[in-house]
Amino acid sequence: MRLARHLPVTALAAAIALSSQAQAQTEITVATVNNNDMVIMQSLTEAFEEAHPDITLDWVVLEENVLRQRMTTDIATGGGQFDVMTIGTYEVPIWAERGWLSPLEDLPEDYNEDDLLASVRDGLSLDGTLHALPFYAESSMMYYRQDLFDKAGIEMTEQPTWEEVREWAGELHGSEEGLAGICLRGKPGWGENMAFITTLVNTYGGRWFDEEWNPELNSEQWTNAVQFYVDLLNDYGPPGASSNGFNENLALFARGNCAMWVDATSAAGKLYDPKESEVADRLGFAPAPIAETPKGSHWLWSWALAIPASSEKQDAAREFITWATSQEYIELVGETEGWTSVPPGTRESTYANEQYTEAAPFADFVLKAIQETDPNDSTLEPNPYVGVQTVNIPEFQSIGTQVGQTIAAALTGDTTVEQALDNAQRATERTMQRAGYIER
Amino acid sequence: MTTVSSKTAAPRSVSGWRSAQSKRLLLTVVGWSVAVVIFFPIFWMILTGFKTETAAIADPSLIFSPTLESYQEVQARSGYARFALNSVAVAFGSTLLALLIAIPAAYAMAFLPTKRTKGTLLWMLSTKMLPSVGVLVPIYLIFRDVGLLDTRTGLIIVYTLMNLPIVVWMLYTFFKDMPKDILEAGRMDGASTLQEVLYLLLPLTLPGIASTGLLSVILSWNEAFWSLNLTTSNAAPLTAYIASFSSPEGLFWAKLSAASTMAIAPILILGWMTQKQMVRGLTFGAVK
Repeated sequence: MRLARHLPVTALAAAIALSSQAQAQTEITVATVNNNDMVIMQSLTEAFEEAHPDITLDWVVLEENVLRQRMTTDIATGGGQFDVMTIGTYEVPIWAERGWLSPLEDLPEDYNEDDLLASVRDGLSLDGTLHALPFYAESSMMYYRQDLFDKAGIEMTEQPTWEEVREWAGELHGSEEGLAGICLRGKPGWGENMAFITTLVNTYGGRWFDEEWNPELNSEQWTNAVQFYVDLLNDYGPPGASSNGFNENLALFARGNCAMWVDATSAAGKLYDPKESEVADRLGFAPAPIAETPKGSHWLWSWALAIPASSEKQDAAREFITWATSQEYIELVGETEGWTSVPPGTRESTYANEQYTEAAPFADFVLKAIQETDPNDSTLEPNPYVGVQTVNIPEFQSIGTQVGQTIAAALTGDTTVEQALDNAQRATERTMQRAGYIER
Repeated sequence: MTTVSSKTAAPRSVSGWRSAQSKRLLLTVVGWSVAVVIFFPIFWMILTGFKTETAAIADPSLIFSPTLESYQEVQARSGYARFALNSVAVAFGSTLLALLIAIPAAYAMAFLPTKRTKGTLLWMLSTKMLPSVGVLVPIYLIFRDVGLLDTRTGLIIVYTLMNLPIVVWMLYTFFKDMPKDILEAGRMDGASTLQEVLYLLLPLTLPGIASTGLLSVILSWNEAFWSLNLTTSNAAPLTAYIASFSSPEGLFWAKLSAASTMAIAPILILGWMTQKQMVRGLTFGAVK
């Protein structure tokens, strides 16, 4: 009887307590990819929640292409399903221009915005305002096997050229069982083989479009660059090079099957880790090779955290992204996970930190490579677009992937380089006409 | 006459027995080959789940030292149970709803056909020919406005709509095979339509309904397009769980295989347990 009398009161009190707790707690949904640095960020959820007791984190981890499609659907329709999105240098300016991302003005002073590397910062800004904060950034560089170079009596130059690389690849190819002279990306995709090939074309003096947006894919520079790439990989590459992307080449190099590899600077930490790599103690670094011009010879990419304008939890989301991209976060990762695991390429202070530069001897190369890139001026002749290894227009994803497929066909010998580039040129012209950049 | 015929028949029957034997042998070999080919990817996935990441990407080999490393990592990173629970709720929920709608529909089409019944059936099937992505944005917008994004209810509705044509078709063929006389006898005894369906039709076609339901459960369980696009975290089923282990940077095949093995295990076991009904259901109409 007494219990029955008290029950409604108790229930009411419990309900009030629960609802007030629910009000105090803001749950934000963070969409991200399954890269190592993001896995570490996920594992540090508790550290964030302890420092911000009023915010809880809910993670959505998806494969990169699935995530991109998923986020694009949501942000374009204003679905508001995500409070923080992990996007790249390619999307930020395009999405910011459409008003899909919240501008990140008036960042707190202790965030130290000026500490961000200038080229990375510029890549994530629209009209001088940041629209995403860099989580980690990468450029490209060359990895090589010091032991093989020493044995063959080859000396690495300060700035290698592609001609030199071809010679070295020829000398080293097959000198050990199963050793390829050079490994490069061959798997088709705008973010796969085309990221590398665009930097190669840049350094051969080519560009995607002239100043009037006319495609130049069958120009002499493109033909030279792609012919060089196809010959180099067919002569001195690993078997089945056309299906190798970043991951496959990383595994090949880590197992000792490549004498040289030109790819993302973010591979350095993995190759230098004896747990993941059999060549950790025999690893050499050099800048990405050049041909006619150093301009655009290495890329710039950063994974950044942005807040969609459709999110209803702007303040909490902002708390989170300023935490995850802060100097304090970098130090936290260094202390808990080891200094080679810190997200690289975003802040000057990371490179001023002796603990980091000691643990990561590749740090200087990475810093220099990132600082040298200029997405606004990446080709020998002027071009109308922003981007080093990408053209930051919405149509580029489909153009890049299509061109990547035709070049992969040339690599496997299904077509000649000339045919492939003619096809690519025609397809790109059609897309650009349909999109209204050039007249029919 | 009899002796002669039996004399001539004897050698024929031996050769006939031999050819029947070799035919059986051939069929067995072909059957097994097809089964091996179909099962091989699943076998390889299960195997890869027990390898280390470096072994998973190395040259294919059957000899390796098995490890549970990937399973531990997969377990440590995200809660399998939450995703599995969503998968169960959505797959069984949508199947139940689909059966509830499809049984009356198939009843009407099988026993009270009009001149448009055939056309309606074909039209229903034709909706399956539209690529899902074509209606993604409209459905996303509707779901956003009515608050169904990232809810189990939302997924159940979409899966029901997705599987309804197949479920109606299958039930229609089962119902058509049932002798009308039994229903008529029931009606003579004064059974209402509802009683007719509940006490006569359903018990007599139960194997068919069960196999239809199982197929619908499997289709919903494996569906990846809608589940990835309409859910974020609350209603995300196992397909989203698998997708979270693929990575553009770094090795992931062993972890992805371990996650996939865990994701398909429940449905694989259910499939094995109900194999008889499945085969019976799928070939029901074919052997008339």
